[in-house]
Amino acid sequence: MAQGLPRISANVVVPKPSLQKVFDNLRTSGFSLIGPRVRDGAVVLDVIAGIEDLPVGWTAEQEPARYRLEQTHHQDYFSYGVAPQSWKRFLHLPQVKLFSTVKTGGKWVMEDAPETIPLRAFIGVRACELKAIGIQDRVLLTGEFRDPHYARRRERIFILAANCGRAFSTCFCSSMKTGPKATEGFDLALTELPDAFVMEVGSEMGSEMLRDTSWEPATAFDLGRAAQTVQRAERGMGRQLRTDDLPKLLYENLEHPRWDEVATRCLSCGNCTQACPTCFCVTVEDTCDMKMTAADRTRLWDSCFVREFSHVHGGNIRPTIRARYRQWLTHKLASWIDQFGTSGCVGCGRCITWCPVGIDLTEEIEAIREKVQR
Amino acid sequence: MSLAPDPVLPRMMSDPMLPHGAVIEDIQPEAYGISTFSLVFTDPSQASTYRFQPGQFNMIYLPGFGEVAISISSSPSAPQVIGHTIRYAGSVTRALGRLKVGDLVGVRGPYGSPWPLPKAAGKNLVIVSGGIGLAPLRPALLSILRHREDYGRVVLLYGARTPADLLYTDEFAGWQAGGIEVHSTVDLADENWRGQVGVVPALFYRIRVDPKQTLVMTCGPEIMMRFVIYEALARRIPKEAIFLSMERNMKCAIGFCGHCQFGPTFMCKDGPVLNFAAIEPFFGKEDF
Repeated sequence: MAQGLPRISANVVVPKPSLQKVFDNLRTSGFSLIGPRVRDGAVVLDVIAGIEDLPVGWTAEQEPARYRLEQTHHQDYFSYGVAPQSWKRFLHLPQVKLFSTVKTGGKWVMEDAPETIPLRAFIGVRACELKAIGIQDRVLLTGEFRDPHYARRRERIFILAANCGRAFSTCFCSSMKTGPKATEGFDLALTELPDAFVMEVGSEMGSEMLRDTSWEPATAFDLGRAAQTVQRAERGMGRQLRTDDLPKLLYENLEHPRWDEVATRCLSCGNCTQACPTCFCVTVEDTCDMKMTAADRTRLWDSCFVREFSHVHGGNIRPTIRARYRQWLTHKLASWIDQFGTSGCVGCGRCITWCPVGIDLTEEIEAIREKVQR
Repeated sequence: MSLAPDPVLPRMMSDPMLPHGAVIEDIQPEAYGISTFSLVFTDPSQASTYRFQPGQFNMIYLPGFGEVAISISSSPSAPQVIGHTIRYAGSVTRALGRLKVGDLVGVRGPYGSPWPLPKAAGKNLVIVSGGIGLAPLRPALLSILRHREDYGRVVLLYGARTPADLLYTDEFAGWQAGGIEVHSTVDLADENWRGQVGVVPALFYRIRVDPKQTLVMTCGPEIMMRFVIYEALARRIPKEAIFLSMERNMKCAIGFCGHCQFGPTFMCKDGPVLNFAAIEPFFGKEDF
């Protein structure tokens, strides 16, 4: 018997093996699947073939400057927390060629390099990551200018969100009000129960992908269990960040002694900015052949921790690590709000986990607050 | 989202990072290591529709070297020929310095906020500038000269390191004749200099200002602008009447690269011309 499709915003229960059917439906519709899989001792986001590639039973212990995968032998697909990489790398590419110019007959002629943008399904997007995509949308799509490279990729994704059933020690999404439950911006959002997925339908396309998955309307009991799962994550937040006095707290403490203190620990390596799902800064690199007859412009991820980032003729605006760390944190948590009407932080905790010396922004903010200047 | 099969898209379509070709029509040496490049777009439709306001800038591109943000220094009433006064300071500007008349460069723009000339209507203006900081103010001066009756007293306070570093000196007489008082100074005089010696903000002592009727527009080294602001505030000119043009590293000019941030300000789109009252909490903070 052919099964109908659930309406938008409906909650349905899907047996766990039927996730493969969702994947098959996506594939049939032309999507390539990008999802979590274990590689090199971490959960990475990459092309997956089917549910057998998902990190079943894997979990990741995260602490400042520490990330360790552990096999727990449970049967959960989505208990691994957040992966080191974020989805940013598929939308706001780490490297994108802007254009090429070739000298023809003594003149520079611009050459186009047409590209194919695949349809992609993002599998297992966390609530915080979904908000991060929303923040990048605001930065790159809603201003006076639109970033065409981002826009083109953004238009061609399907999002299967995964609500968190567990929080990790570096998580603080509930402080940033970005999780642990996805509330908008997805096509489908799943909550993983021991025996099934509860799926919320976010779009017509999401509903379409539930075809022949033997879904059933979620009962009050299922919804209760799903809610409890998310509450478990909410209660287990490893960290907190008070935001009520931002951006003022940072603006008024630009000369706080804590900046000197954190500068003695910070290596200015920029890991936090590369791992951050919202950091958008880029630079442009120019290359040419030896005869100066062909030149490319390439856009690359950059970091405000790079010395040359603020270089102007005659000097560097932010020559010290103190100045660069202050720039990053002040932008992320304060000036971002003035610029884009939202904090630049979603509380995913990546900058804490992946900082090689374990600098924890929640701790830095608290230290500044504890001994406010003036 | 469309389910069409993966389309092959021209990458360059509507990319705001794409420059337009422009030919160098003239190169005028201005001072040691500084020349004014006059550019004309090669595409006639681009050339005929291009407009800018005083204080705005263009991104100038040289294949293989990169882009630089250069303020426009020519008259906004003749936007077909766009002047850029360039100091050979970095790799791109030095490479520009090796080009000849007739060579091609890439240009995109104009970008950024303009000088608040409409706000200055009916008021006195004190324009304070140091070194190459006069370049972004020249379009404002030229615009004021064309509509001189719109403004009250207009004073230019200008200084450079040495007399040889002063820009546009052969135009000063014309500006004076057109009703702009010009006071100049140098840090280091030579044997022919008969004018004032000293820093630019000190020129404030040569003029009287009516604080309620005066707007200050300044561009120059940040340290100079800091003291210009002190002098203006000391004369009870309100913060809201002080405008400065600042410089930060600009890679994209469209608010995406993040390099030019100054607190909540993106210098490329909120600036470079900023009202002092708006940026006071951040201005002069060490390494900010």
